[in-house]
Amino acid sequence: MRTKPPVSHKFAESPVLLLRLPAGRSRLISLLLLGAFIVLVGRAFYLQVLNNDFLQEKGDSRYRRDIDISASRGRIADRNGEVLAVSTPMKSIWAIPADARLNEAQVAQLAGLLEIDAGELRRKLASEKSFVFLQRQIPPELAQKVADLKLPGIGQNTEYRRFYPSGEMSAHLVGFTGIDDQGQEGVELAFQNQLLGRPGSRTVIKDRRGHVVEDVGAILPPQDGQDIRLALDSKIQYFALSKLKEAIAEHKAKAGGIVVADARTGEVLALANWPTYNPNNRESLTGGSLRNRAVTDTFEPGSTLKPFSIALALEKGKFRADSVIDTSSGRLTIGRATISDAHRHGPLTVAEVIQKSSNVGTAKIASTFAPQEMWEMLDSVGFGQVPGLGFPGEVAGRLRPWQRWRPIEQATISYGHGISVSLIQLVRAYTVFARDGELIPLSLTQLDAPPANGIQVFSPRTARQMRSMLEMVVERGGTAPQAQVPGYRVGGKTGTANKLEGGRYTNRYVASFIGMAPMSSPRLIVAVMIDEPQGKYYGGSVAGPVFSAVMGSALRTLGVPPDAPQQLIARAGTQREAL
Amino acid sequence: MLRVNIFLLLVAVACALLVVTAQHKARKLFQELEVAQQHERQLEVEFGQLQIEISTLATASRIDRIARAQLKMETPSAARMRLLGGATQ
Repeated sequence: MRTKPPVSHKFAESPVLLLRLPAGRSRLISLLLLGAFIVLVGRAFYLQVLNNDFLQEKGDSRYRRDIDISASRGRIADRNGEVLAVSTPMKSIWAIPADARLNEAQVAQLAGLLEIDAGELRRKLASEKSFVFLQRQIPPELAQKVADLKLPGIGQNTEYRRFYPSGEMSAHLVGFTGIDDQGQEGVELAFQNQLLGRPGSRTVIKDRRGHVVEDVGAILPPQDGQDIRLALDSKIQYFALSKLKEAIAEHKAKAGGIVVADARTGEVLALANWPTYNPNNRESLTGGSLRNRAVTDTFEPGSTLKPFSIALALEKGKFRADSVIDTSSGRLTIGRATISDAHRHGPLTVAEVIQKSSNVGTAKIASTFAPQEMWEMLDSVGFGQVPGLGFPGEVAGRLRPWQRWRPIEQATISYGHGISVSLIQLVRAYTVFARDGELIPLSLTQLDAPPANGIQVFSPRTARQMRSMLEMVVERGGTAPQAQVPGYRVGGKTGTANKLEGGRYTNRYVASFIGMAPMSSPRLIVAVMIDEPQGKYYGGSVAGPVFSAVMGSALRTLGVPPDAPQQLIARAGTQREAL
Repeated sequence: MLRVNIFLLLVAVACALLVVTAQHKARKLFQELEVAQQHERQLEVEFGQLQIEISTLATASRIDRIARAQLKMETPSAARMRLLGGATQ
């Protein structure tokens, strides 16, 4: 079949173009198009200018991000700058169980990296919760390996972990923080506000690949926590704790505490307790070893309180150091109660009452005081008051109001029974003897200058007389020749107190020694307390050697020149070697 | 008139291109800053870790142990000490 070949036209000659559009229609179309255009412009104006919040927000949520800038907790260092507590970032791995669909191989791989049981991991991933932590605080390198697995629904965030390089050595003083960076014990709790950092934030624009492209808005800079510099001297702390530990092991004691303070500034150079704990090991953070005995536990001090009673007698001018007290019977009956000395002594001078630690002599001297003046003196050296170190759990101890004292009570308080104190209170009170009668506050942090707010309790003359009596205690014939330190003149007082349990005295003891050196110008105060030693229980023989060892090392560490005459050094030295 | 317009058009195009390059450079520099800050943070972390290491290595108990066991050092007795200068003040 043949068809006609197509007729060729030029476009311009197309017959269609020759048709005219009716004028009314064309106007209608233009008007409609114009109308539509105006509607579009109006809509655009509405969305971009009048009501742009919604779209702006949607847009921002796609590329704007608020980023938290974490701040680290302040460091705690000792007086020589040695770090005792420092935070370092760690990663915590979390999962959103609904999104985390892992195959068996991936579960095994993840469990292996996180060092957790695969079954445990599977159980966590199957949980109903919307968010679970898989492992907290793992090293950043390990976290990177986890991130490289690119598992769905598994993420990580930065957390700071606190490290305590000195471990158990300064555990009670430094304390520790919880997993959320809150101080829970010790300095970590006491200085929580200074140590805590304030995280900052910034708003940024991110591109498709998650890179930060630009900062928008103001940056809120993070504030790192302040560093705290303690008065603590790590070396002295080490001597103190290791000697205390040795003594407790040797005497099979239950517990003990030791405090070393600078008598010139009131700085606490060492504070240790046994048993102690390792703050780096979270499982060990329970039970009795957490107790900071030197601060939170009170005990009846026994004879270490006698110097205060005697000093009051000297101060009132009722006795002189060489006044003679008759203690020959070794017993004294007040009302229905009888007090006695451990050894009979015969007539003693006031100085010898201290040297030999006579209960009867002290009670006789104390019987001349009005209860009120005795209470006021004990109160003014800080007994019965919170010591004010700012330390958590500080206790006031027990000092009953003088209005309710019975005569026997006044007698027993004079030699340290019927009153309870903490070791730290005792150290603070002894600053009056080390400092010519002035009581100064103790400080946990390093001070630039000695405190100016000392309180004069005794006259310098009384304090000096008391110092020479305390020096007699460690000489031959005193209760603690074991407390001598070769090369230095030292002085102190022993305490051997029966423990009170359920209102009755038991035959368990607290042995203590508190003393100072060098006596020519006291620089250090060392107090040792040992709870329930077995066998030997006298303060001189149990706590005295600890005092001697710690005081000797501490004085040498601080470079305090020996003040004992040379031949005495040699003699004490040969004695030492012979032992 | 036309010439002036063409000139202004060229100026406008040139300015626009400069804006684009400036923006690009700013982003590049910003990225470098980010990298540098990241590095700073890493160094800080490392510093903290090294501090922990120093403190751990310098604990008194470790020094004591090494001095006594490896270096065979001991505390001299008072008899072996001689004091130079004024002993008593």
